[in-house]
Formats: sequence, structure tokens, C-alpha cells
Amino acid sequence: MTALLETRGVWQRFGGLVANSDVSISVGRGEIVGLIGPNGAGKSTLFNLIAGVLPPTQGSIWFDGEDVTNMPAAERCQRGVGRTFQVVKSFETMTVIDNVIVGALVRNTVMREARRKAHEVLEFTGLAARADVLASDLVPAEKRRLEVARALATEPKLLLLDEVLTGLTPTEAQTGVALVRKVRDAGITVLMVEHVMEIVMPLVDRAIVLDLGKVLVEGKPSDVVRDPKVISAYLGDRHAVGA
Amino acid sequence: MDKNFAARRRRDLIIAAVLVALAALAPLLIKDVYVQNILILTLMYAALSQSWNILSGYCGQISLGHALYFGIGAYTTELLFTKFGVLPWFGMLAGGVIAAIIAMGLGYPFFRLRGHYFVIATIVIAEIGLLLFQNWEWAGAAMGITVPVRGDSWLKFQFMRSKLPYFYFALVLCSLAWFVTWWLEDSKWGFWWRAVKDNPEAAESLGVVVFNSKMGAAAVSAFLVAIGGAFYAQFLAYIDPESVMGFQFSLLMALPAVLGGIGTLWGPVLGAAILIPMTELTRSYIGGSGRGVDLIVYGALIVAISLALPRGLVSLFSRSKAKGATR
Repeated sequence: MTALLETRGVWQRFGGLVANSDVSISVGRGEIVGLIGPNGAGKSTLFNLIAGVLPPTQGSIWFDGEDVTNMPAAERCQRGVGRTFQVVKSFETMTVIDNVIVGALVRNTVMREARRKAHEVLEFTGLAARADVLASDLVPAEKRRLEVARALATEPKLLLLDEVLTGLTPTEAQTGVALVRKVRDAGITVLMVEHVMEIVMPLVDRAIVLDLGKVLVEGKPSDVVRDPKVISAYLGDRHAVGA
Repeated sequence: MDKNFAARRRRDLIIAAVLVALAALAPLLIKDVYVQNILILTLMYAALSQSWNILSGYCGQISLGHALYFGIGAYTTELLFTKFGVLPWFGMLAGGVIAAIIAMGLGYPFFRLRGHYFVIATIVIAEIGLLLFQNWEWAGAAMGITVPVRGDSWLKFQFMRSKLPYFYFALVLCSLAWFVTWWLEDSKWGFWWRAVKDNPEAAESLGVVVFNSKMGAAAVSAFLVAIGGAFYAQFLAYIDPESVMGFQFSLLMALPAVLGGIGTLWGPVLGAAILIPMTELTRSYIGGSGRGVDLIVYGALIVAISLALPRGLVSLFSRSKAKGATR
């Protein structure tokens, strides 16, 4: 079976800066894959390339057996790519339910069905009690959850999570972890960018470590965290010697 | 929760029906032609502002150039009528279609602009339109077009003896613009527009084709405004570029919505009901010597509203939203 998502030799340059160089990764159906790396490793750039915010300078991106390299974000969403934003982008003047309905309208053209789907997603994500609140009145952790709910309402095959667990309290993070597992159990493949290793490692099936725009290491989380290259990338060479 | 939502929609519809019924009976009590005139203008501006609100309120693309579409509606109708004998009813529709096409043609380059740049572009384009019409000999240039009087007739949409037919048409137009907005509010387009206004990037990630959404909003908005323009031309029975395409029309479409509540269903109607009578009354009391005093009045009003009630006057009525909030 082919991978759900594949990047083939992807490069992204911003002027003289190379954000991604020759990145080839693949995500299989039903996996939870963590994309990790220190600050400035090129995680967010790669993430945006996959979501379709901009096309790569070079290389190609394949989703569900189709070349989507130059496909705009809206169309990728229709094909089954859902995403969240690191800096939350709620529709602030709309209620929580209305935010989610926007997502649900991708696959439900009849309003009543879209509304029902949105309510279903709010149940699933634990936001049902907040349905009629304005998005601007949510607390930060709820806003993160709304990002996920909105993306789930588009009924994606692949859910891209951009640092949804970063900056949460330990309890909130645990709730978030449980939600991600639930999403995978619902049959949705997850690719998550995370900064904090402790949270993601127990959660993911596979981790891909980016450093300086390249894939550094890829493998099972338990192996990755012990890899000297990863330790040196995160902590500097001095610490890697001891490992 | 769905029940609440459906109930609110139904309540809006009932309130609207009652208001329309009351308005329809108003001429029984109000015989004074001057007051009738004010009512007609109020209804017309309510309709225009409601239409403006679709693009600028719901979709968030602030236009200060809608006078262009108003003028196009007026000119299409009168040029077709005086030059080719086409009945105003068809001219009105033709004007709406032409305005919608022009709105999309202009949207093609301008919807790539954001925020203030878009607003400036709309002002400039409307001014260019005004200049073109002032110099277009075939369309009467600065002299304008006098609509030939052929006696009272619904067919020719022309009434000299009584203003009531205009009143009822304005009422229908206002109801239509309101109903279109009501219907759009719970439609795919309505949701897309609000999403585009709040955050285009997030909208795009949820499958909304932002550019097409803006084009759709522009077309609907321009179409309805042009119908209003056609009405106004028939009502005045005389048009010239300044009197149907002047910048004041762009302002008078935006202000009621801003005053009442931008991007809301009731805002434009409420705003127009306050602003237009006020404008007309100040104008007539102060007379020719105080030209522009009405502008000072609504300038002050807008400042007061944006300071005290940034969501417009309708926010006084909607406490349900505030109750659900945590703060």
C-alpha cells in the first residue's frame, strides 16, 4: 500500500535562506507521526508546504496517490488534508458552532447536515457546552481545541497539527493527547509538529527529526530520543559525547 | 441548541413581516407628501445599505465606491428607456446584471488588495466612473438625462400624481434586500463570507476559495444596489452624473450599516431608520445656507457610536450573545 503522504526531494528557499533541503518523508495510513526538531529546523515551513500555503521551490508532494505540489490549500482540504495553526486563527466574531460549520460545509452542502456534523464534532472534541459562545471568548486551550474541531469537521484523511500541545498546562496537554489518540482511533492519520519532546514521544508511532532544514533521524520514538545526533542537535555537541 | 437557532431565525422573519405590514399601512395615516418622501428615501437607503452590507459587512471587503453601481443602475435604465424605448423594469434588471459583471471585473484585480488599499481602490474607481459619465456625450455628459413624462403607468414605472407607488416599490426593494440577507445568513455563502472576513488564511485551510467568495459577494451586492439606482432614477425622473454617482451615495450606503451594526441582519435597517430622516430634517431646517451640516451631524454620530457601541446599535438588542460569554 502506498503512503498517504509523501514529500519527494522537497526544497524551500527564502532568498538566500534554505529552510528545507531535499526533504523526503512519508506518512502511512493510520499512523501518528511526529515532526520534531529544534527551533528553526524548518518544521513549520515543511508543514506549510504540505498544507499548501505555498508551493516548494523544488521537489514534489504527493497525497493519496496524487501529485498535489501546486494545488492550493482550499483544494487540498477538499481532497482530505485538514490543518490547525500554531498561532490560533479562530473566526473571532463567530460562535464556536459557526466556526466548526465553516469546516463542515466542505462535505455537507445542505446547511442542516453541516450543522449536525458540526455538533457531532463538538461532542467529539469536548466543546459541546461552549457551542454558542463567541470564539473570542474562549480561553487559549479551548481555542486550540476549536482549531482541531474545525479541521476535523472537514472530515480529513490526514490531520496536520501544528504545535497544538505547546504552551498548555500539564492537565490540558493530557486532554490534548487523549484527543489525538481518539482522532487516530477514528481512522484519521495524524502528522504533528511538536517542539516539546516529552509530550509527543509517548504519543507518536514514528518520529521524524528535522535539523537545519534536513531530515536528521527517523524512527521509533524510543530510538530517536537516544540517538546521539538528535541529542547534539537539541542540546549541543558537548552533551552528545556522554550519550 | 439547534432549536434556539431555528427559533431565532423564525423570530427574525416574524418581526420583519410585522414591520413590513406596519410600513405598508403607514400611508393611510401619513398623507403629507414631504413625510412620504422621507419614508421613501429611508426605505431606499435601508435597501442600499443592506446590499452594501453583504460585501462590506459580511464579507468584510469595505467598499466606499458603491455609488458606481448605483449610478450604473440609474444610467442603464434611463439610457435604455430614452434611447431604445426599453421599459424600466427590463432596464432595471439589465442595470443589475451589468453592475454585477463590472463588480466582478473590478474585483478580479482589486480583491488581491487588502484592508485600506482595497478601500482606496474602490473610492478611486467610483470617481473615475463619475468622470467618465460627466464626459460621455451620448449619455448626456454633465447635463444628464431627463426622463420623458408619459403619464402615470406601472408599465413605465412613472407616477406624477402620487408618490405612493414609489413608496411601495421601495418597501418591496427593502424587504427583498433584507430577505436575501436573511437567507444568505444561513447558507454556505454566508458562512464563507464571515470566515473570509475574520481570517482568510484559516478559511482557505477549511476549503473556502476566498477569491471566489469575494466575487460572489461583490456580484450580489452590486446587483441589488443597481436595482436601487434604477428606482432612484425613475423616482427623480432626471439624472446627471453627480446626482446618481456622487461620493455621498457611497457614504450614505455605508453609514446606516455602520451606525446600526456592520455585518448584522438588522443593522442597516435600524441605521437607515435613524440616519436618513435625521439627514433630511436637518437639511430642510438649515436650508441652502448650511450645506454639509448633515455631514457634520453624522460624522459626530459615527464617532459617538464607535466609541460607545462599536458593534452598532443592534448590540443593544442582542443580550443573548453576551449571556453565553464567559466575561
